[in-house]
This record gives sequence, structure tokens and C-alpha cells, in this order.
Amino acid sequence: MNKSWWKILAVVLVLFSIIGGFLFHVPAKPILNESIRNIHFHVPMWFAMIIMLAVSFVYSIKYLSKGKENDDLMAVESANVGIIFGILGLVTGMVWANFTWGEPWSNDPKQNSSAIALLIYMAYLVLRNSMEEEQKRGKISSVYNVFAFPIMVVLLFILPRMTDSLHPGNGGNPGFNTKDMAPELRPIFYPACLGWILISAWITTLRYRIRKQENFLS
Amino acid sequence: MKKHLFAFCFMLLAFYSTFAQDANGVEMATELRSSGKIYVVVAVLAVIFAGLAFYLFSIDNRLKKIEKLQK
Repeated sequence: MNKSWWKILAVVLVLFSIIGGFLFHVPAKPILNESIRNIHFHVPMWFAMIIMLAVSFVYSIKYLSKGKENDDLMAVESANVGIIFGILGLVTGMVWANFTWGEPWSNDPKQNSSAIALLIYMAYLVLRNSMEEEQKRGKISSVYNVFAFPIMVVLLFILPRMTDSLHPGNGGNPGFNTKDMAPELRPIFYPACLGWILISAWITTLRYRIRKQENFLS
Repeated sequence: MKKHLFAFCFMLLAFYSTFAQDANGVEMATELRSSGKIYVVVAVLAVIFAGLAFYLFSIDNRLKKIEKLQK
């Protein structure tokens, strides 16, 4: 089987979500109106970010336990791509919020905490770039990364639930949220998430391979 | 290539079905939809994304060549 089948799958899934996301039937809801379709484009950005940061977390642990330099490179590149998708999620969220909530930034707990999470990860990159020596840089930044991931999870999934949030699905028990999203959105929403996760993984592997080449040359 | 074509046809078929908007007083972009102009927007977005995907594939291929050279 062709080794790049999952890249083709990624493209097909996202293309499907673009076509289906605009044309399939959506529930008519007040406030959201037609902009409910944004769910197929805004939310997958966050899915991609979380998965890439999880990959980064795993590779940092791998680096700390085995000490292979390539693991450290993979950790950095997946964090890089995760941050890009996080910024996309934040900006698309602001555009959407301007329409539905009346202003781009309403200090919603989820908005605030996702901004903090992004800053934490940017600090990871700054920390990593501030050191010259390879082993020291790898170790210190990996330890930081291992701590950053659980903090990100707490910021995005736990703290917003403790208070009321404008985002749906917050301020309550996630175990009872089967009514959160209309079922007719799901056949496009899930493929969209998977598609964007695969796209982000693809970009990560590209960046990782480039970095390996740079490493080889220097 | 045949497989991709099949997948694409399937997608085209898939969105042929549901279309009716139940307007219970909530304003939706029904006019844009009924005039068929929405297809123009979808086509443009699909072309943009397909173009970017091709670009990613070409970057991938160039990188493959460099990796071969290194070996």
C-alpha cells in the first residue's frame, strides 16, 4: 500500500468537510443563524492543536527516557505546528465571536485560558531557543514541555467547566452532554476533525524531516 | 487515481440529498442557497484547498529527493 495514503485521506476528509459543511442541512438556531457552520472549521483547529501538543508531550517523555536527539526534534516541531493551529483557532474564534457574542474578546473563561495556554507554549519555544548546548537544551525544554501539557489540559478542559462560559458544553458535567451538538452536524464534524488532525500531522512530519536535514548539514 | 475519483464522486452524491431549511423564525441564508450562488463559494474554497494540498504534496516530494541525495 502507498505510504502516503493517510495524506490523501486527510485531503479528502477536509475537502469533504468544506463541501458538506457549506451544503448539508444545519439546524436553525437563534444567535448562531447560518454561522453554525463554523463548527466544522473553527473547532477542528483546536482538535489538531491538542493532538499535536499531545504528540509533543509523548516525544518529550521519549527523549527524556532514551536521549535520542530526533525525539527532541519531533517534540519541537509538533509543538510548533500545534501553536500555529492554536493561533488559527483563537483568531477564527474571535471572528465568530464578533458575530455571535457581539465582540471579538469577551473574556470568556475558555478564551482567556486558551490564550494563556498558547503563551505557555510560546515560552517553551523561547526557552528552547535560548540555549546553545544541545543536550542541555533538549533536557530542560523537554522537562518544561512535560509540565506544560497537563497545564494546557487543565486550562482548556477543567477550569472553564468550573464557571459559566459562553462556549457550549461548559459549566456542567461532560458526561451528560449528548445534547450539546445536533446529530446532523456530526457526520461532517468528525471527518473534519480527523482530516485537520491528519493535515497537522503531515505538516509536522514535513517540518521534522526538514529539521533533520538541517541537523545533518550543520 | 481511480480510488480518488470514486471518493470524490461519492462526496458529490452525498450532498445531493438534504436541502430543505426549516425556518422557524430564525434567519438563515436561504436566499443565497436557493439562488445557487453558494455553489460558487464552495467551488472557490474547494479549489483553494485542493491547490494548497497539491502544494504540500510537491513540498513532500522535493524533501524526498533531498533525503535520497543525503543517503
